[in-house]
This record gives sequence, C-alpha cells and structure tokens, in this order.
Amino acid sequence: MYEIIEKKNLGEGMNVYKINVPDVAAKARPGQFVVLRVHEKGERIPITIAGNDEINGSITILVQTVGKTTHLLSELSAGNKLADVVGPLGIPSEIDNFGTVICMGGGFGIAALHPIAKALKEHGNHIISIIGARRKDLLLMESEMKEASSELLVATDDGSYGAKGFVTDVLKKLVVDNKRIINRVIAIGPVPMMKAVSDFTKSYNIKTIVSLNPIMIDGSGMCGACRVLVGGKTKFACVDGPDFDAHEVDFENLVNRQRFYKEEEKAAYECHMKQHHSNM
Amino acid sequence: MENINKNLQSDATVKEGKLSTKERLQIKRHEMPMQDPQERIKNFNEVPFGYSPEEAIEEAKRCIQCKSEVPECVKGCPVNIDILGFINLIEKGDFLAAAKKIKETNSLPAICGRVCPQEDQCEKLCVIGRRKDTPSVAIGNLERFVADYKAKYGNLHFEVNSFINPGKNKKVAIVGGGPAGLATAGDLRKMGYGVTIYEALHEIGGVLMYGIPEFRLPKDILLRELQILKDMGVEVITNAVVGKTVTVDELLNKKGYSAVFIGTGAGTPKFLNIPGEELNGVYSANEFLTRVNLMRAYNKNEYDTPIKSCGNTFVVFGAGNTAMDAVRTALRLGYHDARIFYRRSRKEMTARLEEIHHAEQEGVKFDFLVNPVRFIGDENQNVKQVECLKMELGEPDESGRRRPVPIKGSEFTTDIEGAVIAIGTNANPIVPQSTPGMELNKWGYIIANEETGKTTKKGVFAGGDIVTGAATVILAMGAGKKAAASIDEYLKIGIW
Ligand SMILES: Cc1cc2nc3c(=O)[nH]c(=O)nc-3n(C[C@H](O)[C@H](O)[C@H](O)COP(=O)(O)OP(=O)(O)OC[C@H]3O[C@@H](n4cnc5c(N)ncnc54)[C@H](O)[C@@H]3O)c2cc1C
Ligand SMILES: Cc1cc2nc3c(=O)[nH]c(=O)nc-3n(C[C@H](O)[C@H](O)[C@H](O)COP(=O)(O)OP(=O)(O)OC[C@H]3O[C@@H](n4cnc5c(N)ncnc54)[C@H](O)[C@@H]3O)c2cc1C
Ligand code: SF4
Ligand code: SF4
Ligand code: FES
Repeated sequence: MYEIIEKKNLGEGMNVYKINVPDVAAKARPGQFVVLRVHEKGERIPITIAGNDEINGSITILVQTVGKTTHLLSELSAGNKLADVVGPLGIPSEIDNFGTVICMGGGFGIAALHPIAKALKEHGNHIISIIGARRKDLLLMESEMKEASSELLVATDDGSYGAKGFVTDVLKKLVVDNKRIINRVIAIGPVPMMKAVSDFTKSYNIKTIVSLNPIMIDGSGMCGACRVLVGGKTKFACVDGPDFDAHEVDFENLVNRQRFYKEEEKAAYECHMKQHHSNM
Repeated sequence: MENINKNLQSDATVKEGKLSTKERLQIKRHEMPMQDPQERIKNFNEVPFGYSPEEAIEEAKRCIQCKSEVPECVKGCPVNIDILGFINLIEKGDFLAAAKKIKETNSLPAICGRVCPQEDQCEKLCVIGRRKDTPSVAIGNLERFVADYKAKYGNLHFEVNSFINPGKNKKVAIVGGGPAGLATAGDLRKMGYGVTIYEALHEIGGVLMYGIPEFRLPKDILLRELQILKDMGVEVITNAVVGKTVTVDELLNKKGYSAVFIGTGAGTPKFLNIPGEELNGVYSANEFLTRVNLMRAYNKNEYDTPIKSCGNTFVVFGAGNTAMDAVRTALRLGYHDARIFYRRSRKEMTARLEEIHHAEQEGVKFDFLVNPVRFIGDENQNVKQVECLKMELGEPDESGRRRPVPIKGSEFTTDIEGAVIAIGTNANPIVPQSTPGMELNKWGYIIANEETGKTTKKGVFAGGDIVTGAATVILAMGAGKKAAASIDEYLKIGIW
C-alpha cells in the first residue's frame, strides 16, 4: 500500500504521481482530498485527488514543491512508498446540471479542477474552462482540460500562449464584453486568484464556489486547525468543505492563517536543503 | 531482581497478618517520588517516577482489608477491579500475581493507574480516606506500580495468549482506537472473535495518543499496551476514516463483519465564538496537543511538525484535564508565564487533583472568574491581547453549580503571545452522517443502551465519549467491556 507506481516531473517543481491506495481509489469523488505523510516522522499534508483509477486501485495527485514535506516527496520515485495516505476526505463537490459553468484553475488547482469539470460535463453542463500559467511551457493538463470542457480558454502572464494576462481577465471579458450568461463559477487555485474571481463575480451576482486550502492536520474534524470564516461563522474546511460559497469566504483571514508557521517552515526547509546538499 | 523480590516477599510474609488495623492506620501515605518542578518544566519526561517495590509494599499495608462483601473502593471503580485482592498480593510481594489479578478486569492498568481521576472514583470511596486525617490508600499509584513491574519482569506474551479461546469464526469491526475501542477489542479477542480496529489517524490510542502529553503518559507505555493487543491477534487498520474510506454499512454488508462497535470519541473542538478567535496563535486544545503529542513537535530535532515554541504569556481557557495538559505543555515549550483563565471558581475545576497540584508546583498561575470577550491581533494578525470580563457567582444553574455572571464595566486586557481554547468538544459528524438508521441525541451523540451499548441500528454498538460526551478513560473502557459482553451474546443467539 501507498506505493508510488508512477511519477512524472512537469517542470517548475511540479510533479504528478500515481499512488496505490485501493480503498481511496474506490471511493474518491471530485473535490475530495487525501492527507499524506512522506515518512514516519513527517508532517501530515493535504493534497487534492486529481484522478482515480478504481480498477488499478490508484489515485493521481499533482504536487507543487513549496517546502520541506513537498520537497521530500519530490525526491521519491516510482517504487518508493509513502508512510501514510488517508482519504478520501472532505465533502465531494456539488455535481448537478447548472447550465453554463466556468471552471477556473491556477497552478495545482487545475489538477483539482479537472475531475470536477469532467463530472459536470457528464451531467450536461456547458463547461467553459479558463486555465492559466506564467508561460506556455508551464501550463498544466491542457489536453485533459480540453477534453473535460466544452470550451477551453488559456491565459499566460507573458502572452506566450492564449490571452495575455490573468485568468480573471479572461473571465471579465466573457462576462462583460461577450455578455455570456453564466450560471456558476468554480475557481480553484492560489488564494489571490480565488479572491479576485470572487470579488468580480460578486458584483455580477454569479454563484461562485472555491476550494479552500488552509493548514490541516488530521483532515477529519478533530483538530480545528483548518477553521475558516464563512459567512461570519467558523467552519472546518476538512469536514464542512473544502468547497464553499466564495462570496461568504473571509479570504484575508485564510491568507493569514496559512502563513502562521512561515518562519518555522522556512527554517525547516533551509535546514533540510543544507543537509541535503552536504550529503550530495 | 529475583533476589530483592524474594527478600521483600519473606519480609512481608513475616509481618503479614500481624499488622493490626490500628498499625495499618498509622502508616503514612507514600507520596510519589517525582521530578523537581523547576527541572521538569524543561523537559517532557514523565513527572512521577513511580514507587519502588519497598514503597509499594509499605503503601499496600495501609489497606485495612475491608471485610465487606464488596469493599467500598471497588464500588468506586467503573470496571470493578478486585482492588483488595491485588493490594493483598502486593503486600505479599507477589507483584506478578497482582498484575494478573488486575488484568482480569482492566486491560490497560498502566494507563488507568496514571490517568484515572482516582479522587473521584476508587480512592474517593476508600474507607480510610473517608476518615478524618487519613488519606485513602494510593490505589492508582499501586495499580501503576504493578503494571510497570509486570512490563519489566513479567512474560507478557505467554499470558496474553493463554487467555484466547480459539474457534469463534465471526469477526467484529471496531471503529476508533481510543480506550473504548481498545477495551472492546481486547475482550472480544479474548473470547476468540476476529477483531479489526479501524482508526482514522496514523496511530491508534485516541486521546491517549494525541491528547494526553508525554509527561503524563509516556508514549512507550501506551505503545507497549497496544503491542499486547496486536500480539493477541487484534488486527489494526490505520488511516481509515470510517464514513469516508469505508462506511459502517459496508463493514456489515460487504466486509463480512457480524457486528460493529463505534468508539470514535467526542473529538470536535468547541470554540468560544468571540471576535478574534481566528487570529494566529489562538489554538483549539486539540490542535495544540495534537501537534505536540501525535506529531511529536516537542521533539524538534527529529520530527517535522512546526509549533511556536517560546514567548512570554500563554493563556489557556478552561479548567479540565485538557486545559491543564495544554498549559503545562506551553510551559515546557518555553513560554515563561503560562496561565489558566477560568470563568468559574477553583471549586468547579474538573481536572484531576494531581494535575492541578502539579501545574501549581510548576508555576502555572490561575485566574478565576474571568471570561474572554475578544482577542486582539497585531498588524500581522497574530494574537497580542485578550480582553476579558470579571465574573461573579450568581444563582445555581441546571448543573447545580453557581452560574458565573459578568460584572459590568470590569473589562481588562492581558498581553499574550498564545492562547488555547479548552472548553470542551462536540460530537464528530462523520460517522453519524454516513450511517443511516442510527439515531442521535440532540447534541449529536449516538444513542446507545447504557448496559449493552446497543444503538438503534441492528448489529451496531457504541460506547465511550461518542455516546456520553467527553468523560474519562476508564468510563470509556467500561462501556467497551459491556459492549463486548453484549456483542458476544448477540453473536451467539443472533437476536437483536
Ligand atoms: C484541501 C487541500 C488540498 C490541497 N491540494 C494540493 C494539491 O493538490 N497539490 C499541492 O501541491 N498542494 C495542495 N495543497 C497544499 C499543500 O497541502 C501544501 O502545499 C503543503 O502542505 C506544503 O507543505 P510543505 O512542508 O512542503 O511546505 P511548508 O513550508 O510546510 O509550507 C508552505 C505553505 O504551505 C501551507 N501548508 C503547510 N503545511 C500545511 C498543512 N499541513 N496543510 C495545509 N497547508 C499547509 C502553508 O500555507 C505554508 O505556508 C492542498 C491543501 C489543502 C488544504
Ligand atoms: C487532553 C485530554 C486529557 C484528558 N485527560 C484525562 C485524564 O487524565 N483522565 C481521564 O480519565 N480522562 C482524560 N481525558 C478524557 C479521556 O481521554 C476520554 O474520555 C477518552 O479518551 C474517551 O475514549 P474514547 O475511546 O471514547 O474516545 P477517544 O479517545 O477520543 O478515541 C476515539 C478514536 O476514534 C478515532 N476516530 C474518530 N473518528 C473516526 C472515524 N470516523 N473512523 C475511524 N476512527 C475514528 C479517533 O482518531 C480516536 O483515535 C482527557 C481528554 C483529553 C482531550
Ligand atoms: S481503574 Fe481507575 S478507578 Fe479503577 S481502581 Fe484503577 S485507578 Fe481506580
Ligand atoms: S476501601 Fe480502602 S481500605 Fe478498604 S479494601 Fe479498599 S483500599 Fe483497602
Ligand atoms: S484538519 Fe483538523 S479539523 Fe480540519
């Protein structure tokens, strides 16, 4: 169990893994996540399930290297085992026929978005996906997203592919200039991106769902570390979410809570890299 | 050791029977030798060292061997350990036999000896303690002593296996590896059933693992007890959140279990719902303790889990065991000024007496009759102050305790660098929500028969904190034992 059966580097510290966890693979639904530990003395980190293969008993995850734990993970390869993988956690995304749905993703958020877009399309929605990256060569999962969508729009910061600018610019153009009727927006990515989408759709009164990623420990409602403010109330992202109505979310609070352990995390990462390089 | 043991034994035999009640009553209670408070706040090692064999025998002599059919002390123990019996054996120096006697009713004596609120249970009813001027027999300390002695010198493996009745081919799934689940698992396994524990976290033990700190219950002791269960053939599946990874219905209908016991604890933290509670540096007790215990943040050199570990003032709101554990942990992490803020008075504190004493010795300050109204943050949204109101005691409330009422205009602020909310827990919703046909009470706890553990769903039993709300280790174990007996009956006769 928990064996990495495939690993691919996608560049820029992004890796995609297939992990053998039959129980999770059998149950996973779009929008759910796992909590994993790389080694016996490691942290528990939450990672979205980007895909599942019931027959092979495997799940797919995309992980961006940002600190010590994700770096340790990036050093593993096919055949290595993880200490723990638990899931599928969180409430699955709401899948129904809403009409026209915009699916927006940035960074590893695209991986989380893909199964949701796919399921929504299967439910008869018209899916307009907007995905972005800094440069063309950093764009993730373009062909997969294309298949899962009715229309795929791309934005790159430098304009090397698709529209120049942010995914939010593309969204604004669709809504404001093209006057498209949109029934729902789903945005998954870095907090500033989700906040920008939310601020915009709020003024146009378009229902918007975001997937929140606060710091977690157990992922099953026990510790309260993952609490977020939604509609002025304390919610636990791991059991009440991770999907929430964007217009109710206090994003500022989320950003603050995410950076609480920054200094400790940075120290751990630097210490780890130092040891790592002196061992090489 | 053998020799010392023999010596003690003969020494005790000489005196045995010769001690009159009066002589017994003259022996002073043996306080536990322990780490010096100033030293121990710099480490996470266990506070009391435990009795030496000599001390244990001397303490055992204080028991006046009550002649009543069921001695009072036994009535105070939720699992009715034969206390008189095991104390007698200690007095004779036969510690291994004493250990065996306890194990007949309590599978986790090393743990209960350490964490039971004895002053409310066995020791509360001990007839000596009820006399003026003579403290009760130190039953908990003695229980701990024999369990530790046995672990050191006994043959754990052989005896455990000799319990098991082979030949029952039905199997039972236990949801949650806390004290309730462990007790149920142990008893059912001894009866010969196949037993699998499904645990959400990566280690079993429940609160014993993630909540109670190393300085009160060393992980080694817990791991030793857990290993015994595994040696008995109890299967453990960690990383399995029942309700997510697998449901109760699937356990019954697809995975071939004939019955399911739910012992998932009362594990969702309550918050105060006051402004600023979401600031960084304000923790739930569960987060704070889980980081330090389950994730071993106290062992920074080896483990990756981050925790803020120094500062000046750290305040814990609450007055139960959880609050004491959090405040003493904060001291050990390096906060200089660790305090308890409690909205009632000292009398109403619910923590074990020993923990309150230990906290006081370690320099924890207690502020009574204060209630927080908001937390105030700095420009980085880290908590820097808490504003509180002073309270006075008014009329008694439903619980019979005088209700604290705020004193108008008594607001004051305290500079703090960290805070823990330890005001209790709610029922975790995952299992209830995913188990149709199992009824809950108005607080979301599972409705189960107190004597049998039967829920309103056929084949499903429950016990421990998920039924009673937050209680104690021994009550959870007691519920597990009752459930094991009634599961056995259900599986034999097949009638619900
Ligand atoms: C529901 C959910 C789904 C996620 N899905 C993905 C995904 O599919 N792919 C991906 O690359 N990342 C995902 N993340 C983020 C991922 O968990 C963090 O990047 C990871 O924990 C960082 O750990 P680290 O030790 O490498 O970095 P650190 O240096 O420890 O932390 C870097 C930053 O990551 C965040 N972080 C740290 N520890 C945790 C923790 N225990 N839980 C949550 N966030 C933490 C903090 O904001 C921190 O500042 C998800 C997070 C959540 C909550
Ligand atoms: C900090 C603290 C200190 C305490 N100190 C004392 C003390 O000194 N003395 C005393 O007598 N009592 C003490 N208590 C209370 C005591 O620990 C509890 O009453 C007791 O642990 C309850 O046992 P339980 O088995 O019902 O639940 P728990 O110990 O809570 O165990 C429940 C287990 O179920 C698991 N679980 C939960 N949901 C699921 C799921 N969906 N699927 C699978 N597994 C699941 C949990 O991870 C956990 O391992 C303390 C409690 C705390 C929090
Ligand atoms: S289990 Fe607890 S209550 Fe019972 S005798 Fe031991 S310490 Fe006392
Ligand atoms: S009540 Fe006290 S004195 Fe009597 S048997 Fe029990 S421990 Fe001994
Ligand atoms: S991660 Fe612990 S409660 Fe959500």
